[in-house]
Amino acid sequence: MSTAAPAPAKTMAEKALEYGLKADEYQVILDRLGREPNDVELGVYSVMWSEHCSYKSSRLHLRKFPVTGPRVICGPGENAGVIDIDDDQACIFKMESHNHPSFIEPYQGAATGVGGIMRDVFTMGARPVALLNALRFGEPGHPKTRRLVEGVVSGIGGYGNCVGVPTVAGETNFHAGYNGNILVNAMCVGLADADKIFYSAAPEPGLPVVYFGSKTGRDGIHGATMASVEFSEDSEEKRPTVQVGDPFAEKLLIEATLELMASGAVAAIQDMGAAGLTSSSVEMAGKGGLGITLDLDKVPQRETNMTAYEMMLSESQERMLAILKPGREEDGYRIFKKWGLDAAVIGETNTSGHIVLKHKGEVVCDLPLAPLSDDAPLYDRPWVEPAQEPELTEADVPVTHDLNDALLKIISCPDEASKRWLWEQYDRHVMADTLADSSTGHDAGMVRVHGTKKALAVTSDCTPRYVQANPYEGGKQAVAEAWRNLTAVGAEPIAITDNLNFGSPEKPETMGQIVRAIDGMAEACRELSFPVVSGNVSLYNETNGVSIPPTPTVGAVGLIKDYDQRVGFNKVQPGQVIILIGETKGEMGSSLYLREVFGIEAGAPPKVDLACEKNNGTLVRRLIKSGVAKGVHDLSDGGLLSAAVDVVLASKVGLQLKNPTELADHVFGFAEDQARYLIAVDEASAHLVIAQAAEADVHAAVIGVAGGTDLSYTGLSLGIEALRKAHEDWLPNYMAGKA
Amino acid sequence: MALKAAVLVFPGSNCDRDCKTAVETTVNGKVDMVWHEESTLPSGLDLIVIPGGFSYGDYLRCGAMASLSPVMQAVKAEAERGVSVLGICNGFQILCEAGMLPGALLRNAALKYVCKPIELKIENRNTRFTNAYGNAQTVWMTQGNGDGNFFAEPDVLKDIEDNNQVVFRYVENPNGSVNDIAGIINKQGNVLGMMPHPDRAFEDALGSADGAPLFQSLVNALQTA
Repeated sequence: MSTAAPAPAKTMAEKALEYGLKADEYQVILDRLGREPNDVELGVYSVMWSEHCSYKSSRLHLRKFPVTGPRVICGPGENAGVIDIDDDQACIFKMESHNHPSFIEPYQGAATGVGGIMRDVFTMGARPVALLNALRFGEPGHPKTRRLVEGVVSGIGGYGNCVGVPTVAGETNFHAGYNGNILVNAMCVGLADADKIFYSAAPEPGLPVVYFGSKTGRDGIHGATMASVEFSEDSEEKRPTVQVGDPFAEKLLIEATLELMASGAVAAIQDMGAAGLTSSSVEMAGKGGLGITLDLDKVPQRETNMTAYEMMLSESQERMLAILKPGREEDGYRIFKKWGLDAAVIGETNTSGHIVLKHKGEVVCDLPLAPLSDDAPLYDRPWVEPAQEPELTEADVPVTHDLNDALLKIISCPDEASKRWLWEQYDRHVMADTLADSSTGHDAGMVRVHGTKKALAVTSDCTPRYVQANPYEGGKQAVAEAWRNLTAVGAEPIAITDNLNFGSPEKPETMGQIVRAIDGMAEACRELSFPVVSGNVSLYNETNGVSIPPTPTVGAVGLIKDYDQRVGFNKVQPGQVIILIGETKGEMGSSLYLREVFGIEAGAPPKVDLACEKNNGTLVRRLIKSGVAKGVHDLSDGGLLSAAVDVVLASKVGLQLKNPTELADHVFGFAEDQARYLIAVDEASAHLVIAQAAEADVHAAVIGVAGGTDLSYTGLSLGIEALRKAHEDWLPNYMAGKA
Repeated sequence: MALKAAVLVFPGSNCDRDCKTAVETTVNGKVDMVWHEESTLPSGLDLIVIPGGFSYGDYLRCGAMASLSPVMQAVKAEAERGVSVLGICNGFQILCEAGMLPGALLRNAALKYVCKPIELKIENRNTRFTNAYGNAQTVWMTQGNGDGNFFAEPDVLKDIEDNNQVVFRYVENPNGSVNDIAGIINKQGNVLGMMPHPDRAFEDALGSADGAPLFQSLVNALQTA
């Protein structure tokens, strides 16, 4: 028998710190309640006020984003953004991070990231029709990287493939800056009827609150809090806070939810995501200006003896909370039974303005709802202007004497090499509406709006090395590149979702990155009429005090009214003339040329001239619509020659290019100037395009012709097969342990 | 006469709508969706499609649970009466598990899910599923699966080959299937199972329309019957 005295019980103030609340935040709670909260109440406060749920460090700056526009039906604040795509149809989409869980447990972390973002979309009444992902891993040589790639990719595939939503686009980077914190950002795009969008606000008192989906277990408790703190050496001990996904349950949940909505029984609905039952019930009642009482004994439970605290903080997956219209419970039960889902009426809305939780005959929580959101901390964190890379001079950029070697290095580097090994594990064709995906040679994924001639174009973009070098220009560039990618397939860019991944906002330097990146993004969104309709902020992405490169990922959606007018760079024919749209001034700062050929990570990133971006893009869309542009590809990482390789490989045709400028050949070949496109046109229409461009005040120059079996350029000649091998081999070799 | 088809719907089916769209788009067929708990099928069917997906989650062997479902007992009875049955992907797995086709589908040789367009050699064009392919030697469809690796014991395999039951063969084997087998038919010639998806390759916009003749073949067979 041990005779040691029991450890003294922790005070509530100590527990508050343990749950992630700051001392002054705890004081606000004491002042408001006029008493100490109990354990359950403290749990509710701590997750609602976590960075993940309250956006307390970023909210002030997120207000800078334009959030309205002629096609915006619902902007930020709901589960996802909603845009009008004509004919009384709407597109609902959002991107969200699952960074912290994916680093700790890559398969489940990534899988539940996909599941969570799908729920945000179908909760609003949309059938998910496309998935995207933006992944950033540590350097390939880091001992954890290969295992993380393997786990994340199979997690994404394992979930999305089973649910049956095609994964059509994405991006993947590798950099030492992510060694301790990988980024897994998943985006889901759905379709709904514009007059059948569902919201979370409880509309009136006296309505039944129905829980349905999987049972509640002890997994994921305090996940939202974990996502709001930095990592340290012992972060892997947090594995128990990672949720476990069940894609089959998600599939059932989608069908049941959409069927329940179609039955007319739903008054309001919310998925249980981060902070599970707490955030869903608080948000539904709070947004409706009502109160809510829940009887936790009725919650379907997977484990025995769960406490109220555990039930409220659990992040078990594949669960929904719905408020039904009066007397419609039977409709619900019929549908839940059909799909084999657990369901129970667990409470009721009322006019109390409080959230009251009962468990085993006792009231275990009674909190006024308004202060939970009204008093939520809002920080104007101190920030300093972030460090910026200087403009490079000509002397700073070494000259290569072997352009062949330089190009092969660039197209085979981890960032540029083909990601076939990844996307071949994703079902890209289920739903039989995929027009373009990662494999087809297009700048954006495209899915048909089922049963119509319309299509949605989707893309995800961010160039972290630019944002690192200059957060403001890098932020602008992320938005501009997404806009350009949609333009390059012939789509009208409509709106974006943002996924802001940064380090700790409590460091003025990092906060400066956040502020300036948002400034740049907001400016680009305004200038390009490209509003933000949804988003997610992931902060504290650091380990042992080292922050990730600032990574504000942009997910974007565009509309193609007639998908026969779409274009890619996969059908360029011999004899077609290659025209470069946009001016090349020779932007070499932070270029892949410097990094991959000379190991230099320096220099100001390319500037984004938004007026020029808009002007050039408008011309390109016009050329696509009129059928003149037979092939289009935007220029980005690796510049002209890297884009040319993409065309060669996708179209299986050679390109004979020349440098018509005064710039040195390596500069014209590898500069990363923005607002540029390669287009292929029939020989007969080339002069017309040049004339149209001049009229529109757009730089355009004939730089070559398609044909032959190699890519040739001044001082460069590489056969299609050599290019293919360089581009394709790196990732499979790396994953097999050979690179 | 329009082709009269039923598409089975298991809770985890995710190509049920694709199959319906394919039959409607290619041959203007009339399609009923039939829930897995049904123990009878609509009368007068020309075709039963068992679609791709993850029938009951497939956390156990793919298709094992579905093969025992009420609707599959009805499918067996209809197949015995000569009604055409087409199992695609998960549908092929279910047909093998149900004993309606020989062999089994194992985990892909590379132990990964593989999704890619795939070239198929038409091995038997004298079936009710392939008569409309004319002189085409190879066709393109896409496929996506984790367990598409067809296997049969040597004597069963010999039987399949000797009876001309191999309908589609991979030009480049993506998953380790024995004898590059992508699709087989039963001895009676009315039950076809295949891993590639004709339901995702029925018009040019999808990258290939080579799945369309498969459905046209069924209509041809009806007209000559």
